[in-house]
Amino acid sequence: MSAAIELANVCADFGSFRAVDHVNVTIKAGEFFSFLGPSGCGKTTILRMVSGFIDPSEGEITIGGQNMRGIRPNKRPTALIFQNLALFPLMPVWENISFGLEVRGVDKQTRRAKAEELLRLVDLPGSADKSIAQLSGGQKQRVAIARALAVEPKVMLLDEPLSALDLKLRQHMRAELRAIQKRTNVTFIYITHDQGEALAMSDRVGVMSHGKLQQVATPQEIYNRPANGFVASFVGENNIFTGQIETRNGTTATFRTGCGTFRALLGPGVTDTTPSKLYVRPEQARLVDAPPAGANNIPVEVADVAFEGNFINIQVRNGDGRALVIEARNDGSTAVPPPGSRFNMVFAPEQALILADEAAPAQGRAA
Amino acid sequence: MKARSNFLFHAYMVAFLAYMLLPLIVMGGAAFNDSRFPSVYPWVGWTDRWFLDLWNDGRMWVAFRNTIGVALAVVVMSVPIGTAAAILINSVGGTARSVLYGFMIAPVLTPGAVIGISTLLFWNKFSVPAGLHLSAVGQTSYISAFVMLLVLARLQSFDRALEEAALDLGASHAQVVRRILLPHLYPAIGAGAAIAFFQSVENFNTTLFTRGTYDTLTVYVFSRVRSGITPTINALALILVTLTIIGALWYEISRRRTMRRLALRPAPA
Amino acid sequence: MRDLIRRYGAPLAGVFVVLTAFWLLVLVILPYLYLFENSFRPYLPVVDIGGPKDVYSLNNYLTFFESPIHIYVFFVTIIYSSVVTALCFAIAYPLAYYLSKVATSAVVPTLFLLLLIPLWVSEILRSFAWFIILALKGPLNYGLMGLGIIDQPVRWMSGFRSIIIGLVYTYVLFMLFPVYNAVQSLDTNQIEAAEDLGSPWWRTHWRVILPHAKPGIASGAVTVFMLSAGSILVPTLLASTTSRWFTEIIQQWMFESQDWNTGSAYAFLLMLICTVFVTLVMRVFRVRLSDIAK
Repeated sequence: MSAAIELANVCADFGSFRAVDHVNVTIKAGEFFSFLGPSGCGKTTILRMVSGFIDPSEGEITIGGQNMRGIRPNKRPTALIFQNLALFPLMPVWENISFGLEVRGVDKQTRRAKAEELLRLVDLPGSADKSIAQLSGGQKQRVAIARALAVEPKVMLLDEPLSALDLKLRQHMRAELRAIQKRTNVTFIYITHDQGEALAMSDRVGVMSHGKLQQVATPQEIYNRPANGFVASFVGENNIFTGQIETRNGTTATFRTGCGTFRALLGPGVTDTTPSKLYVRPEQARLVDAPPAGANNIPVEVADVAFEGNFINIQVRNGDGRALVIEARNDGSTAVPPPGSRFNMVFAPEQALILADEAAPAQGRAA
Repeated sequence: MKARSNFLFHAYMVAFLAYMLLPLIVMGGAAFNDSRFPSVYPWVGWTDRWFLDLWNDGRMWVAFRNTIGVALAVVVMSVPIGTAAAILINSVGGTARSVLYGFMIAPVLTPGAVIGISTLLFWNKFSVPAGLHLSAVGQTSYISAFVMLLVLARLQSFDRALEEAALDLGASHAQVVRRILLPHLYPAIGAGAAIAFFQSVENFNTTLFTRGTYDTLTVYVFSRVRSGITPTINALALILVTLTIIGALWYEISRRRTMRRLALRPAPA
Repeated sequence: MRDLIRRYGAPLAGVFVVLTAFWLLVLVILPYLYLFENSFRPYLPVVDIGGPKDVYSLNNYLTFFESPIHIYVFFVTIIYSSVVTALCFAIAYPLAYYLSKVATSAVVPTLFLLLLIPLWVSEILRSFAWFIILALKGPLNYGLMGLGIIDQPVRWMSGFRSIIIGLVYTYVLFMLFPVYNAVQSLDTNQIEAAEDLGSPWWRTHWRVILPHAKPGIASGAVTVFMLSAGSILVPTLLASTTSRWFTEIIQQWMFESQDWNTGSAYAFLLMLICTVFVTLVMRVFRVRLSDIAK
């Protein structure tokens, strides 16, 4: 039983500071949706607005078709997993999990049974009577999730739940959370600053910066077809070239930079006057001896090579000393190029993007 | 040099402890001396007749009952007031907080006599006569501050996210307070109740002005010392001191046990 | 306020506000205001209250200012309370230093327990204990004569001697604990650094420890002064023929003369001097109210 969430023109103001700026998005029922962005981008504020702890200054939030304006947090069909988990320290595990049922007047036996059922779902059987202090970080996570699931919410809201965990546990929990979401089919809204997490777990990702939604798309699209410079820089690595558009030709254009003039794909909304840059991902450039005709080409000299196991990170410099990065797969076919050797760095026009810079953040309240 | 100054310090400490405790021992000792005027020297003979006299002293029992009654009334009033005030002031900030805090602490800094007289006058305006009820009211005005301070200190260690989590799970505000906030505060509330009780029992200045014609233990002892003194007062004093020591020991031991228990629990991840 | 309602809902927030308002208004502010107001009205039989004779005037205060005896007693109370405060500090400071820096941490909790016992025993009993000890035929005299220090029993309860002794005994712990807390919070490394730089012990205290302990000293001084000036038990029990404390005069007005109006005026004067003292100490020591309240 899950619901769709619709944010229509939602804004949040704290005094004269606009934390969330006209966010419009519809999250589908049963979807795993992530809000991704750096600290201070407004994603936590959105979460607190959806759960009801902050009222939007403008705009409407609708859950399952019902407008949430004026509905207090304890009456909303949402369940929030806090960043510090907020498990009740004075109650044992099963009481924590069944708290939502207790406040709804469910009798003790049913609550206990439900708690044990949920403990099995989150893979913690037999922990019902333990105290919170006895649990490890990962176990507490799962209890928090079980507690939220107990009230059968239509929407689960997760506030950077994995940020406090160590690397191995984080990776394990990523898979767990995804599995739980698929099993229960509840709509998950997940916020994080970790792009790997967002891309790995989500059906769709909303990238945010300075209170604005920069792009909403599937992880592949976010990575392969970022909508603007911010998204491209925030997600994955880039070689970034400043310059000017010279000519346009439908979906492609030529872009003149200090390293040469290249053909590339035009990103959305790029006009001749919008400031834009050229983005080439390291794994999409290659080092060759002789460049194919008509390809984008930069003569470079290898500066430093880092063998990282499954791929090789190659730092190069062009004639002017400009530093660039190439990432090559270690599939045995490529030899590791020695520093000082000269090659041509080539990349296909389809793998280069001309993207507009992020729009300047709103100064004060929008009129 | 260090050793010598350390020795001086140790000696000073012992001397100070003696200075603090000997008078109480002397006072207690006089309760057993068969001499009409309370003294330990000259020692006439060992007797327990002062304790018997005390047991038969009806007025003392009335005063004792009154003292307990007032103390319980004070606890019943000051604990909810102090707790409510602590919760309120914790949610307020800025100048309002400082102003409120100043008003709450003021009674503690006010001489008991002033509290007693102002209480007497104020309620007299509403034709409420002097009596034990006024003593309870007057004492509550400053004892609530102690409760408030204890609860407020405990509130600092409360994670507000717990309240939000409970709300988010569907609890009503009353349920949040009852199941989440108050359990966290119980240690402070318990300590506040104990402090309120003992502070009330030992209060004199405020009680003196508000009591009307009624006695409490402190007033009783005071009037007996002034009028006709016999070692029955010493007997009473010894009993009270012994009860105090037992109470203090019990409180300290249970406090240490709690500290040990809290220290052994693994720190939250 | 909005945060309160948001956090607890309107009904509960209302309960908290009502309880707090009851306390602050009905138990604190209004009675004090009434005391203040009452001190300006004349002492009248019940029938005359509210009538033409019930006018505001400074008469009750003038009674004080026109009575040399009362003025004398007032100043004597203040001076001796200050003496008591100073004595308490002199006694308590070395102890506070000892407890926080010199004593081993194993022994401190036990010492504190022993020290707390007199505090838990009520004030009346502490005063009474000294009443016995200081009596002419009391153990102190006998002890001193036995040790050969004096030949004749000393009349302790003459002048203000016994009152000062009693007040110091009764209230010294109220100076000890705040000063201890303050000295405790000083990083021992600072003391060692001062020693290492060649500072003699008295300089270390004067320049390093005492300044740090200011809030504690202020707190203790305020408490001891106010308790002493407002004390009724000790000055009455340990009184001599030549001693009189200001609180006794208040008592006289309230109980013997049944003149509550003049009594209010005198009570208000007592409160005034306490407030002045608190403010003075706060200024001199540069501490705030919240530091003292601990």
